[in-house]
Amino acid sequence: MTDTRYDRAPGDASAPAEPSGVLVYTTGLVLAVILTATSFWVANTSLLWGPGVSMGLIVLAIAQMGVHLVFFLHITTGSDNTNNVLALAYGLLIVLLVMAGSLWIMTNLNDNLMPPPELMHMPMRH
Amino acid sequence: MNDAVAIYDVRQEAFVPASAAGPAPKRIVVAYGFWVFLLSDIIMFSALFAAYAVLVRNTAGGPTGAQLFNQVSVAAETAFLLASSYACGLMTLAVASRRHGATYLGALVTFVLGAAFLALELREFANMIAQGATPQRSAFLSAFFALVGCHGLHVTAGLIWLTVMMAQVAVKGFRATVQRRLSCFALFWHALDIIWVGLFTLVYLMGVVP
Repeated sequence: MTDTRYDRAPGDASAPAEPSGVLVYTTGLVLAVILTATSFWVANTSLLWGPGVSMGLIVLAIAQMGVHLVFFLHITTGSDNTNNVLALAYGLLIVLLVMAGSLWIMTNLNDNLMPPPELMHMPMRH
Repeated sequence: MNDAVAIYDVRQEAFVPASAAGPAPKRIVVAYGFWVFLLSDIIMFSALFAAYAVLVRNTAGGPTGAQLFNQVSVAAETAFLLASSYACGLMTLAVASRRHGATYLGALVTFVLGAAFLALELREFANMIAQGATPQRSAFLSAFFALVGCHGLHVTAGLIWLTVMMAQVAVKGFRATVQRRLSCFALFWHALDIIWVGLFTLVYLMGVVP
C-alpha cells in the first residue's frame, strides 16, 4: 500500500500485519451474538436483582456498540486512526449531553411543576 | 527495486509525519467525511432517543410497551440485522479483492436479510395499529413511532442504495468512484446496526422490564 503513512479511513481493514478480514468480522459476529443473547436473557430472567437489570442492559448495549465499532467499523486506538477516534469522541460528547441533559431537566420539571393529583383530576371550569 | 532501497523507502515514510505528507488520498478523505456525517446522524437519533426516554411513561391511559412488544419478533429482527451487517462486512472484503461473484452474493444476502428485518418491523407496526396503538394515541406511541420509524426509513434507504450500487458494479465495474461509494455504504449499514443495538435495549428490553 502506498498510503500507509496517512491516517486510516474509517472502515478500512487492510494492514498487512493484522489477522485476515474474515477472522475479524467473524470474531465481531460471535461477540455480538453472545452480548445480544445475554441482553435478552438478562431482561427475562428472575435470577437477577430487579433494580439492577436496567443498568446491566445499558452496560451490555454499550459493550456491544464497542464491539461493532472495533470489529465492523475498524475504529481502533492505533495512531493512524486518531482522527476517526477524535470525531467519534466529539459525537459521543454531544450524544451524552443531549440524552443526559434532556432526562435530567425533564425529570426535574416533572417533579417541581407537575400539579398534585387532586388538581390533575379536577373538572375543567371555563 | 532492490531490498536496500525498499527498506530505505520504508524508513523514509516512517519519518514523514501526516502533517507533512501532503493531501491524503481521496479514498481516505471521502470515508472520513462520511464518518462525520454518520456521527451527526447518530446525534439526530440521540434527540429521538431522549424524546422517547422522556415520554415513555406518558401513555395517556393507552397501551404500554410491556403490553405491545413481542420479544420473539424483536429477537428475530435483531438476528436478521446483525447477520446482514456481517454479510455486508464479507461483501467489503470481496470488493477489496475485486471478486465479482462474491460481491454479488454478499450484497444479495445483505439485501435479503435487511428486507426480512424491514418486513418484520412493518408487520409489528401493522399489528400495533390494528390494536388501536397508533402514533396519535399517546405521547409514548408518538415517540415510539418516530424513533423506530426513523431507523426503519434509514434501513429502507440503505436497501435502495445497495441496489443502486450493485447496478453500478455491473455497469461500471470496480472503478475508484464505485469502490468509494461501496465503502461508504458499508459504513452506513454497520452504523445502522449500532443504532439498532441502542434501540432494542432501550425500547424493547427495558420496556418489558418491570
